[in-house]
Amino acid sequence: MKLLKCPVNGVRAIQEFSFGGAVREMPEGSGCSDEQWADYVFNRAGEPGVQREWWYHMASGTWFIAERETVSDQVIRTYLWNGDDAS
Amino acid sequence: MPFGLIKFGLSKKYSEPRMFRKVEQPRDAYDVVIIGGGGHGLAAAYYLANECGITNVAVIEKGYLGGGGTGRNTAIVRSNYLTEDGARFYQKSVELFQDLSRTLDFNMFYSQRGHFTMAHSPASLRTQRWRAEVNKHLGIDSEVVGRDFIKKMVPEIDLDCGGHQPPIHGALFHPPGAIARHDAVAWAYARGADRKGVDIFQQTAVTDIEIEGGVNMSGNVGGRVVGVHTDKGFIKAGKVLSAVAGWTPQIQRMVGLRTPLTIHPLQAMVTEPLKPWLNTIVVSASLHTYVSQSSRGELVTGGSLDPYELTSTRSTLEFAEGLSGHLMDLFPFLGDIKVMRQWAGLCDMTPDFSPIMGVTPIKGFYIDAGWGTWGFKATPVSGYAMAHTIANDADHELIKAFNLSRFGKFRLVGEKGAASVGH
Repeated sequence: MKLLKCPVNGVRAIQEFSFGGAVREMPEGSGCSDEQWADYVFNRAGEPGVQREWWYHMASGTWFIAERETVSDQVIRTYLWNGDDAS
Repeated sequence: MPFGLIKFGLSKKYSEPRMFRKVEQPRDAYDVVIIGGGGHGLAAAYYLANECGITNVAVIEKGYLGGGGTGRNTAIVRSNYLTEDGARFYQKSVELFQDLSRTLDFNMFYSQRGHFTMAHSPASLRTQRWRAEVNKHLGIDSEVVGRDFIKKMVPEIDLDCGGHQPPIHGALFHPPGAIARHDAVAWAYARGADRKGVDIFQQTAVTDIEIEGGVNMSGNVGGRVVGVHTDKGFIKAGKVLSAVAGWTPQIQRMVGLRTPLTIHPLQAMVTEPLKPWLNTIVVSASLHTYVSQSSRGELVTGGSLDPYELTSTRSTLEFAEGLSGHLMDLFPFLGDIKVMRQWAGLCDMTPDFSPIMGVTPIKGFYIDAGWGTWGFKATPVSGYAMAHTIANDADHELIKAFNLSRFGKFRLVGEKGAASVGH
């Protein structure tokens, strides 16, 4: 069974989690051009490597960030949006 | 065992004729370089050589021919898609497929089975009705059928799923739905291209793409292609096609283009061979299961996309368990059947479940990507359309809606008829 560590609830089965996609910087909506906005909405890096990404612990409603290697599927570390590990 | 097979096993030399020439070293320059020796790249090479009169073409493959998505799908061919652009495109593909064994003089084991998409809820049946009406409007053979018809065509099915799942209310039935031997498609296109003089290089990786002009003052990607660097040296080429599906992001980085692709694995498996019992292709969208019986008797079955991004073709037990469970909901008697092999392929998913094809802001650089879970069935038509796009340096009529620029214009082609994905 694959496990993932929630920063609040500790190590849990992967089935308790939902993937939320890469962490990306949102441009200022009022100041950016249509091209910049479309780039933010649609385009992704997609390349293999270490990715910072959002994960959601469904049972407790916790969103957190995981750093994961997208070839070996190894999670390097997980933490909350502000960098805390509350577990 | 046939005597010929023993002799073949003991012979020191590979006694069967080669499908294509083995060219050791690429020439200094080609008119067109195709990156990716899968079905799409090889089909593009074939149509370039046979229909567009461009034979000075090289196909460069990092691994072996048809070793990516082409050899890892569940080999289903159909055209009952939901958007006009999609349905028209896949219909052309089905038409090309139906005649492909004859055209390429190679047995593809193309077997027209009829394709059921089961609906387990009234809402799902409404979507199937919508699909059927769009299909009929475009002249595609597709209709909504009831439980009696399904039971008559697939007597072994448990329409009530043993009470473990919502019962089947009806289905979308698509008579031209077919299966084919996917390796043969790649090999036959390779042989057809080779006979016209196309050079095919396996075990050759593209390491960089040379662009002249490149990024302009305002930061926009532009310029023109002058050639590709490979581990066998630099090849000069004015036109380069990227047809690498799950490896597209790595190629895009070389030219500086941004794409909306994320890479997910899609897994599949086959059971031990059984006597023929399943004549049709059975798909259940709600159970994320599809199954057909190959000409060897194996049940070829697949499920839904892996739930998070991964550039790896590993298999998981969770997948095998989940898929087997759903398969037994539909066909309870399969409980004793053994799973023989399990594998995964890389899917380059687009946000609208339609491919990305055609010209790019870089002159001479063409893209054939975003093939997600719908690539094999489009092999002939994508090769055909990309060949004409490359020859004329303008998007072919069939793929105008699929250009990469659609995302910048917020003009997506939402394809809800795509397989293996939740919408």
